Amino acid sequence: MFKNFLPNKIISLNNKLINYLLFLMIGVILLGLTFALFLSPPDYIQGDSVRIMYVHVPSSFIALGCFAFIGVASILNVIFKIKFLPTMAKSLAPVGCIFSLISIVTGSLWGKPTWGIWWVWDARLTSMLILFIFYLAYIFVWKYVKNYKKANTLSSAIGILGLLNLPIIKYSVDWWSTLHQPSSITLTSAPTIHYTMLAPLIIMFLGMVIYSIIIFLMRYKAELMKLRIEKKNKR
Amino acid sequence: MLTKKVKSRITFLVLLLSVTVAIIFFIFNSLKENIVYFFSPTEISQELNISYKDTIRIGGLVKENSLRKEGKIINFIITDLKNEIIVNYEGLVPNLFSEGKGVIAEGKLKDKKYFIANKILAKHDENYMPPEVSKALEE
Repeated sequence: MFKNFLPNKIISLNNKLINYLLFLMIGVILLGLTFALFLSPPDYIQGDSVRIMYVHVPSSFIALGCFAFIGVASILNVIFKIKFLPTMAKSLAPVGCIFSLISIVTGSLWGKPTWGIWWVWDARLTSMLILFIFYLAYIFVWKYVKNYKKANTLSSAIGILGLLNLPIIKYSVDWWSTLHQPSSITLTSAPTIHYTMLAPLIIMFLGMVIYSIIIFLMRYKAELMKLRIEKKNKR
Repeated sequence: MLTKKVKSRITFLVLLLSVTVAIIFFIFNSLKENIVYFFSPTEISQELNISYKDTIRIGGLVKENSLRKEGKIINFIITDLKNEIIVNYEGLVPNLFSEGKGVIAEGKLKDKKYFIANKILAKHDENYMPPEVSKALEE
């Protein structure tokens, strides 16, 4: 499994797999949207604004997941100096960045009709904004620091520091009193979302994960090709 | 299998990370009052030196049968099921504001049991269900 992500394999990756994933994604997202927008019931208090959750929650999951990968890759990169890990992390960053932004924007759109306010500086919302800033910092370092070694060290440092922010985001709603509600889906107890609403949430999550994988594979391939060309030019 | 260089890098990272985590922990511990978004009525009743000048936020549930509306002026009781605070507010409230539901009020304390709010936010809990299910649960 791991060997499939080695540079040689990725570069020889043809568009067939990506096209296949694309069709799969469109199918899953369409199914998810049908459930989310039409088949699932409105909430007993929030009414139809509950439907924002079907985009908000998967986006937050993916944003956290992508940064967890970047953080772990950064640690392994610092310790073992594996060449392709920073390239993988670099290719994943824009996906996570966009999803953290989507999470914040959709959360805001939901907050106005539900809480009565677009934005508050409570622990959950603030730590999520910090995650978005970490993403931006990570991306900008790769973009504007021209020296590869320097960019690699700096971005790894950002990845590792940002990793510490993830448990803060996850547990902010339990450690401090926040306006944001606690998690509905936990590992230890049954979800507090009715199954008619949980189903579209899971389908949407799958669809968005497939989307992330597609964008990641395309970017990773492009980044590896860029590195090869640079290497050739240097000779 | 691990070379000396790799071992030293691991030690370095572990040390650095534990120091950083410790620093973050102490910062958060000392800033606790600033990180919490609101205080519960119980926390207010136990707090010894409360400022009556600063704007603070209190949160809890709107007590059943405590909501009184006279024109634009609204009175209700915020409870955490142990202690209560009477809230006085003038203005519009969010749609989700109702008895038995979560609420956060921003404003100033007049005394430990009386709060003048200038902003009301509705707090939603982690439960999501269709209306029929909620009705069935009530019955």
